[in-house]
Amino acid sequence: MPRPAALPSERRLRTSTPRGVPAVDGRHPPLGPPRRRRPLRRLRIWGPGLLLVSPSILAIGVFVYGLIGWNVKVAMSSWHTVISPQRFVGLENLTKLWGEERWTNAVQHAVLFTVVFVVGAMLLGWVLALLLDKGIRGEGGFRSIYLFPMAVSFIATGIAWRWLMNPAPGDRASGLNLLFNNIGLGFLDNDWWQNPTWGMGAMAIPAVWQMSGYVMALFLAGLRGVPEELREAARVDGCSEWQVYRKVVIPQLRPVTLAALIILGHISLKVFDLIVAISGKQIITDVPAVYMWQMVFDAHDFAKGAAIATYMLLAVAVLIVPYLIYTVRTERRGT
Amino acid sequence: MTTITQVPRAGEAIPGPPRSRTWGRRTTPSLVKFLVLLAFVVFFLIPIYVLLVTSFKPLSEADPSRAWSLPTAWTAEGWRAAWTSLSPALWNSVKLAVPGAIISSLLGSMNGFVLSKWRFPGADAIYMLFLFGMFIPYQAVMIPLVQLMTRAHLIGGIPGLTLAHIVFGIPICTLIFRNYYATIPSELVEAARVDGAGMLRTYRSVVLPNSWPAFAVTLIWQFTSMWNDFLFAVFLTGPTSWPATVALNNIAGSMVVPYSQQMAAALLASLPTLLVYLLLGRFFMRGLMAGALKG
Repeated sequence: MPRPAALPSERRLRTSTPRGVPAVDGRHPPLGPPRRRRPLRRLRIWGPGLLLVSPSILAIGVFVYGLIGWNVKVAMSSWHTVISPQRFVGLENLTKLWGEERWTNAVQHAVLFTVVFVVGAMLLGWVLALLLDKGIRGEGGFRSIYLFPMAVSFIATGIAWRWLMNPAPGDRASGLNLLFNNIGLGFLDNDWWQNPTWGMGAMAIPAVWQMSGYVMALFLAGLRGVPEELREAARVDGCSEWQVYRKVVIPQLRPVTLAALIILGHISLKVFDLIVAISGKQIITDVPAVYMWQMVFDAHDFAKGAAIATYMLLAVAVLIVPYLIYTVRTERRGT
Repeated sequence: MTTITQVPRAGEAIPGPPRSRTWGRRTTPSLVKFLVLLAFVVFFLIPIYVLLVTSFKPLSEADPSRAWSLPTAWTAEGWRAAWTSLSPALWNSVKLAVPGAIISSLLGSMNGFVLSKWRFPGADAIYMLFLFGMFIPYQAVMIPLVQLMTRAHLIGGIPGLTLAHIVFGIPICTLIFRNYYATIPSELVEAARVDGAGMLRTYRSVVLPNSWPAFAVTLIWQFTSMWNDFLFAVFLTGPTSWPATVALNNIAGSMVVPYSQQMAAALLASLPTLLVYLLLGRFFMRGLMAGALKG
């Protein structure tokens, strides 16, 4: 989407700030002689703002950063039962996990789920956006239908898809397997998420169902943001429609693609509700989030639960922190 | 750099197709495209069909071989049973999501105003620290959060759950309002300032009256995510305070509950957010787009 018209004019307004009146956003000081102001005066200008935000700063400071720190402390303690002492044990809990088959399995499951989910949702969303891009009768209706799963909880989605992906064989077959058999697609009959190797791939299908409309919306907004003049110029230069797409449109979509990848990736690494709704706590579909839940609720091994949570945070941070820095930097450059 | 996060002050979140297209150059015939799109519609609606059809079936038609056919004798028995077992939890969800959405929107509005129009040194750093809170896996705070809530006697009840949702909803609300207020001309704010209005006065009389589109977005977004949350609820609430998602998961996880009741319960628990989506889809879309930060 092109930057709304309000922004350039806003920038113009800023530079025309009347002299002597401080620029309210602090980023663009008014032109003119350098101001010599006492610190107290300056504090009186931005102090109230800081005061208004301070409850939120305090809340985020305590609930996000304070609790993250506390969690790391628990992860490095020996708090393995409700009553056990909380001694400092260093990285022991974090390293010991990798010797555990259940943990490495859970990580592998999360990786397979992430790959199928991200690739599936990106592809489907992209295809839908391409199909809708040039305008088609009933576009609004199509868009609403592709997007409505976003409004449904993963739990409700899971209940519907657990029924659809029922792996019961033969006479007891139901759900999609029964449908496949009835319409002559019997070769598609499979054991879905109960497959020991590819089960997590099947588990990603409901997630793709839920999130691909979102990717479609992002891409559609991105596609429509490519100025028609750019495409027209390329056509005049003799580019085929495919070349226009590859050389002009795709580079313009890079930021949207990155945003979609980040969003899907971080949802995927945290997947929890969907798996609980479809398979509960079964080992065959274990992921770090479910493992952590069981450690806390059933085993009361808080140190181990905290260690798993720490790894989940690290996985998301590796993805998110560079993206946040990149985003805020490009914004500051004001491009 | 495109900016997909600005909450437009009017109109659609996604612009319509450009009018001056070179129609003759289209490579895919419209009819084929239309049919492919219809096929995807089937894919997206199958789960809803299943939920609806199964929810109206009597027990006698629970046989898997009839799974895809319409009920021969429609009955609302499943719905009645689902309502009985789910209504306390639905009410809990209302008590959670309505005040939660309002309070976090208000906080987001104040933060967004300060971070875009009344900035203080280090505002960008604070903003970035806020944003990180939006993406963290909540598992990473859950064990200490449970300890904290236990100490504050807020565990196992709706107020504690609401508090957690409000705090962790601050980042997205701040993001939406900050981007929205960036489109309000700074001149307006400065004019108020020149006239001698203080910060609160400026906020109340200049900024707040112009804020309703952003409020619509955050209210809907927060309502939906609080209503649909499972993770916080499962850690912070108990049987009497379970919101709809946890109660629904328990109903569906039980072997003795008939499918018709499970499916009806799933629909019932999704109804409020689906209604919001159907009636206010435009604002819902903008919330989605804002979630993508800057593209």
